[in-house]
Amino acid sequence: MNRRAWLTAATSALTLALLAPIRALARVWNKAAFESPNMKDALQGLGALQVGPSRDIVLVAPDLAENGAIVQVEVESRIANTEAIAILVEKNPTPLIANFIFSNGAEPYIVTRIKMAETSELRAIIKADGRYYSVSKTIEVAQGGCG
Amino acid sequence: MADMMKIRARQKDGITEVKVLMAHPMETGRRKNDFNEVVPAHFIQLVTATLSGKTVLEAQWGTGISKNPYLTFRLKSAKIGDQITVNWIDNKGESLTIDAVVEAA
Repeated sequence: MNRRAWLTAATSALTLALLAPIRALARVWNKAAFESPNMKDALQGLGALQVGPSRDIVLVAPDLAENGAIVQVEVESRIANTEAIAILVEKNPTPLIANFIFSNGAEPYIVTRIKMAETSELRAIIKADGRYYSVSKTIEVAQGGCG
Repeated sequence: MADMMKIRARQKDGITEVKVLMAHPMETGRRKNDFNEVVPAHFIQLVTATLSGKTVLEAQWGTGISKNPYLTFRLKSAKIGDQITVNWIDNKGESLTIDAVVEAA
Protein backbone atom coordinates (compact mmCIF):
# COMPACT_ATOMS: atom_id res chain seq x y z
CA MET A 1 0.00 0.00 0.00
CA ASN A 2 1.49 3.33 -1.00
CA ARG A 3 1.35 6.40 1.17
CA ARG A 4 -1.63 7.98 -0.60
CA ALA A 5 -3.73 4.84 -0.43
CA TRP A 6 -2.89 4.42 3.24
CA LEU A 7 -3.83 8.04 3.97
CA THR A 8 -7.11 7.70 2.11
CA ALA A 9 -7.96 4.51 4.00
CA ALA A 10 -6.96 6.00 7.34
CA THR A 11 -8.98 9.16 6.70
CA SER A 12 -12.11 7.27 5.75
CA ALA A 13 -11.76 4.98 8.79
CA LEU A 14 -11.43 8.04 11.01
CA THR A 15 -14.42 9.71 9.36
CA LEU A 16 -16.50 6.58 9.91
CA ALA A 17 -15.49 6.47 13.58
CA LEU A 18 -16.44 10.11 14.04
CA LEU A 19 -19.74 9.66 12.23
CA ALA A 20 -20.76 6.57 14.19
CA PRO A 21 -22.64 8.45 16.96
CA ILE A 22 -24.41 10.61 14.35
CA ARG A 23 -25.40 7.49 12.41
CA ALA A 24 -26.75 5.88 15.58
CA LEU A 25 -28.72 9.05 16.28
CA ALA A 26 -30.04 9.27 12.72
CA ARG A 27 -31.69 5.89 13.17
CA VAL A 28 -33.65 7.19 16.16
CA TRP A 29 -34.41 10.86 15.40
CA ASN A 30 -37.62 11.29 13.42
CA LYS A 31 -36.24 13.57 10.71
CA ALA A 32 -39.37 13.53 8.53
CA ALA A 33 -41.63 14.60 11.39
CA PHE A 34 -39.27 17.23 12.84
CA GLU A 35 -38.57 18.87 9.47
CA SER A 36 -42.23 19.01 8.38
CA PRO A 37 -43.28 22.62 7.78
CA ASN A 38 -46.93 22.03 8.73
CA MET A 39 -48.94 20.34 11.46
CA LYS A 40 -50.56 17.75 9.18
CA ASP A 41 -47.26 16.37 7.86
CA ALA A 42 -45.66 16.48 11.31
CA LEU A 43 -48.52 14.38 12.73
CA GLN A 44 -48.25 12.00 9.81
CA GLY A 45 -44.51 11.69 10.46
CA LEU A 46 -45.28 10.75 14.06
CA GLY A 47 -47.70 8.10 12.83
CA ALA A 48 -50.67 9.99 14.31
CA LEU A 49 -53.05 9.65 11.39
CA GLN A 50 -56.21 9.69 13.52
CA VAL A 51 -56.20 11.89 16.60
CA GLY A 52 -59.16 12.17 18.95
CA PRO A 53 -59.79 14.80 21.65
CA SER A 54 -59.37 13.80 25.31
CA ARG A 55 -60.27 15.39 28.65
CA ASP A 56 -57.68 13.20 30.38
CA ILE A 57 -54.68 15.28 29.36
CA VAL A 58 -53.60 18.21 31.51
CA LEU A 59 -51.83 20.95 29.56
CA VAL A 60 -50.45 23.83 31.59
CA ALA A 61 -49.09 26.83 29.66
CA PRO A 62 -49.55 30.60 29.93
CA ASP A 63 -52.43 32.38 28.16
CA LEU A 64 -50.02 35.13 27.22
CA ALA A 65 -46.29 34.70 26.61
CA GLU A 66 -44.36 37.97 26.82
CA ASN A 67 -41.30 36.34 25.27
CA GLY A 68 -41.79 33.61 22.66
CA ALA A 69 -38.22 32.40 23.17
CA ILE A 70 -39.13 30.80 26.51
CA VAL A 71 -42.62 29.42 27.04
CA GLN A 72 -42.92 26.88 29.84
CA VAL A 73 -45.18 23.94 29.05
CA GLU A 74 -46.32 21.17 31.39
CA VAL A 75 -48.13 18.07 30.11
CA GLU A 76 -49.58 15.24 32.16
CA SER A 77 -51.53 12.34 30.71
CA ARG A 78 -54.12 10.46 32.76
CA ILE A 79 -54.82 8.09 29.89
CA ALA A 80 -53.93 4.49 30.79
CA ASN A 81 -50.84 3.03 29.12
CA THR A 82 -49.53 6.34 27.84
CA GLU A 83 -46.41 5.63 25.81
CA ALA A 84 -45.47 9.06 24.49
CA ILE A 85 -46.21 12.78 24.66
CA ALA A 86 -45.50 15.03 21.66
CA ILE A 87 -45.62 18.84 21.72
CA LEU A 88 -46.45 20.83 18.58
CA VAL A 89 -46.94 24.51 17.78
CA GLU A 90 -49.18 25.08 14.75
CA LYS A 91 -47.57 28.30 13.47
CA ASN A 92 -43.88 27.56 14.12
CA PRO A 93 -41.74 27.11 10.95
CA THR A 94 -41.47 23.44 11.95
CA PRO A 95 -44.42 22.62 14.25
CA LEU A 96 -43.03 19.51 15.96
CA ILE A 97 -41.12 20.61 19.07
CA ALA A 98 -40.52 17.37 20.95
CA ASN A 99 -41.59 13.77 21.37
CA PHE A 100 -41.10 12.16 24.79
CA ILE A 101 -41.22 8.35 24.96
CA PHE A 102 -41.73 6.75 28.39
CA SER A 103 -40.71 3.30 29.63
CA ASN A 104 -39.85 1.27 32.76
CA GLY A 105 -41.92 3.17 35.31
CA ALA A 106 -41.65 6.74 34.00
CA GLU A 107 -44.79 8.75 34.69
CA PRO A 108 -46.44 10.31 31.60
CA TYR A 109 -45.50 13.79 32.77
CA ILE A 110 -43.05 16.38 31.48
CA VAL A 111 -42.20 20.05 31.91
CA THR A 112 -40.07 21.85 29.35
CA ARG A 113 -39.59 25.28 27.77
CA ILE A 114 -40.29 25.92 24.11
CA LYS A 115 -40.00 28.62 21.43
CA MET A 116 -43.06 30.15 19.78
CA ALA A 117 -42.72 32.30 16.65
CA GLU A 118 -46.13 33.98 17.00
CA THR A 119 -49.57 33.63 18.59
CA SER A 120 -50.57 30.06 17.89
CA GLU A 121 -52.31 26.92 18.98
CA LEU A 122 -50.17 24.65 21.16
CA ARG A 123 -51.00 20.94 20.97
CA ALA A 124 -50.03 17.99 23.10
CA ILE A 125 -50.48 14.60 21.41
CA ILE A 126 -50.61 11.50 23.58
CA LYS A 127 -49.93 8.01 22.28
CA ALA A 128 -51.57 5.31 24.40
CA ASP A 129 -52.13 1.68 23.41
CA GLY A 130 -51.24 2.65 19.84
CA ARG A 131 -53.99 5.31 19.65
CA TYR A 132 -53.54 9.08 19.57
CA TYR A 133 -55.29 11.73 21.68
CA SER A 134 -54.83 15.47 21.83
CA VAL A 135 -55.51 18.62 23.76
CA SER A 136 -54.78 22.14 22.60
CA LYS A 137 -54.59 25.68 23.87
CA THR A 138 -54.08 29.03 22.14
CA ILE A 139 -51.16 31.03 23.46
CA GLU A 140 -50.87 34.69 22.66
CA VAL A 141 -47.23 35.61 21.98
CA ALA A 142 -46.23 39.26 22.53
CA GLN A 143 -42.75 38.92 21.03
CA GLY A 144 -41.85 36.00 18.76
CA GLY A 145 -38.97 33.78 19.76
CA CYS A 146 -37.94 31.80 16.72
CA GLY A 147 -34.55 32.99 15.53
CA MET B 1 -17.72 21.78 32.51
CA ALA B 2 -19.47 21.85 35.88
CA ASP B 3 -22.06 24.31 34.61
CA MET B 4 -22.77 22.54 31.31
CA MET B 5 -25.54 20.49 32.88
CA LYS B 6 -27.34 20.38 36.21
CA ILE B 7 -29.54 17.65 37.61
CA ARG B 8 -31.52 17.00 40.79
CA ALA B 9 -33.61 13.92 41.67
CA ARG B 10 -35.88 14.12 44.72
CA GLN B 11 -38.40 11.62 45.97
CA LYS B 12 -41.65 12.48 47.75
CA ASP B 13 -44.60 10.14 48.39
CA GLY B 14 -43.01 7.46 46.20
CA ILE B 15 -42.66 9.71 43.15
CA THR B 16 -39.20 10.84 42.09
CA GLU B 17 -39.06 14.16 40.31
CA VAL B 18 -35.99 14.74 38.16
CA LYS B 19 -35.10 18.26 37.05
CA VAL B 20 -32.43 18.81 34.42
CA LEU B 21 -30.93 22.02 33.05
CA MET B 22 -28.61 21.81 30.03
CA ALA B 23 -26.34 24.49 28.61
CA HIS B 24 -26.84 24.51 24.83
CA PRO B 25 -27.37 27.25 22.16
CA MET B 26 -30.28 25.40 20.45
CA GLU B 27 -29.70 27.27 17.17
CA THR B 28 -32.55 26.78 14.69
CA GLY B 29 -30.48 27.36 11.55
CA ARG B 30 -32.71 30.33 10.66
CA ARG B 31 -31.23 33.05 12.89
CA LYS B 32 -28.85 35.62 11.38
CA ASN B 33 -25.90 37.14 13.24
CA ASP B 34 -24.83 40.82 13.25
CA PHE B 35 -23.11 40.31 9.88
CA ASN B 36 -26.33 39.03 8.30
CA GLU B 37 -24.91 35.49 8.08
CA VAL B 38 -27.13 32.53 8.88
CA VAL B 39 -26.01 30.81 12.07
CA PRO B 40 -25.93 27.05 11.33
CA ALA B 41 -28.40 24.79 13.13
CA HIS B 42 -26.97 23.43 16.36
CA PHE B 43 -29.48 21.72 18.62
CA ILE B 44 -29.95 18.75 20.91
CA GLN B 45 -31.78 15.97 19.09
CA LEU B 46 -31.92 13.19 21.64
CA VAL B 47 -32.08 13.12 25.43
CA THR B 48 -32.00 9.73 27.14
CA ALA B 49 -32.60 9.11 30.84
CA THR B 50 -31.82 5.83 32.52
CA LEU B 51 -32.61 4.55 36.01
CA SER B 52 -30.05 2.02 37.26
CA GLY B 53 -29.08 1.37 33.63
CA LYS B 54 -32.64 0.91 32.26
CA THR B 55 -34.05 3.52 29.85
CA VAL B 56 -36.98 5.42 31.39
CA LEU B 57 -37.28 8.38 29.03
CA GLU B 58 -36.22 9.01 25.47
CA ALA B 59 -36.86 12.53 24.24
CA GLN B 60 -36.48 13.51 20.60
CA TRP B 61 -36.16 17.25 20.18
CA GLY B 62 -36.39 19.65 17.26
CA THR B 63 -35.19 23.25 17.07
CA GLY B 64 -38.26 24.50 18.99
CA ILE B 65 -36.90 23.70 22.45
CA SER B 66 -35.64 26.89 24.14
CA LYS B 67 -31.95 27.76 24.48
CA ASN B 68 -30.39 26.15 27.58
CA PRO B 69 -33.07 23.44 27.72
CA TYR B 70 -35.01 22.67 30.87
CA LEU B 71 -36.71 19.34 31.53
CA THR B 72 -38.66 17.78 34.39
CA PHE B 73 -39.79 14.16 34.42
CA ARG B 74 -41.17 11.80 37.08
CA LEU B 75 -40.46 8.19 37.99
CA LYS B 76 -42.49 5.88 40.17
CA SER B 77 -39.97 3.06 39.90
CA ALA B 78 -37.00 4.78 41.60
CA LYS B 79 -35.78 4.17 45.15
CA ILE B 80 -33.70 6.45 47.37
CA GLY B 81 -30.05 5.95 46.43
CA ASP B 82 -30.77 4.77 42.88
CA GLN B 83 -28.68 6.28 40.12
CA ILE B 84 -30.26 8.34 37.34
CA THR B 85 -28.20 9.16 34.26
CA VAL B 86 -29.15 11.73 31.64
CA ASN B 87 -27.36 12.01 28.30
CA TRP B 88 -27.90 14.38 25.39
CA ILE B 89 -26.57 14.24 21.86
CA ASP B 90 -26.86 17.08 19.34
CA ASN B 91 -26.96 17.35 15.54
CA LYS B 92 -23.16 17.83 15.42
CA GLY B 93 -22.60 14.58 17.31
CA GLU B 94 -21.55 16.36 20.50
CA SER B 95 -22.78 14.73 23.65
CA LEU B 96 -22.81 15.09 27.43
CA THR B 97 -23.79 12.81 30.32
CA ILE B 98 -24.61 13.60 33.95
CA ASP B 99 -25.61 11.43 36.94
CA ALA B 100 -27.67 12.01 40.03
CA VAL B 101 -28.54 9.89 43.04
CA VAL B 102 -32.18 9.87 44.18
CA GLU B 103 -32.55 11.79 47.46
CA ALA B 104 -35.45 12.18 49.84
CA ALA B 105 -37.22 15.51 49.36
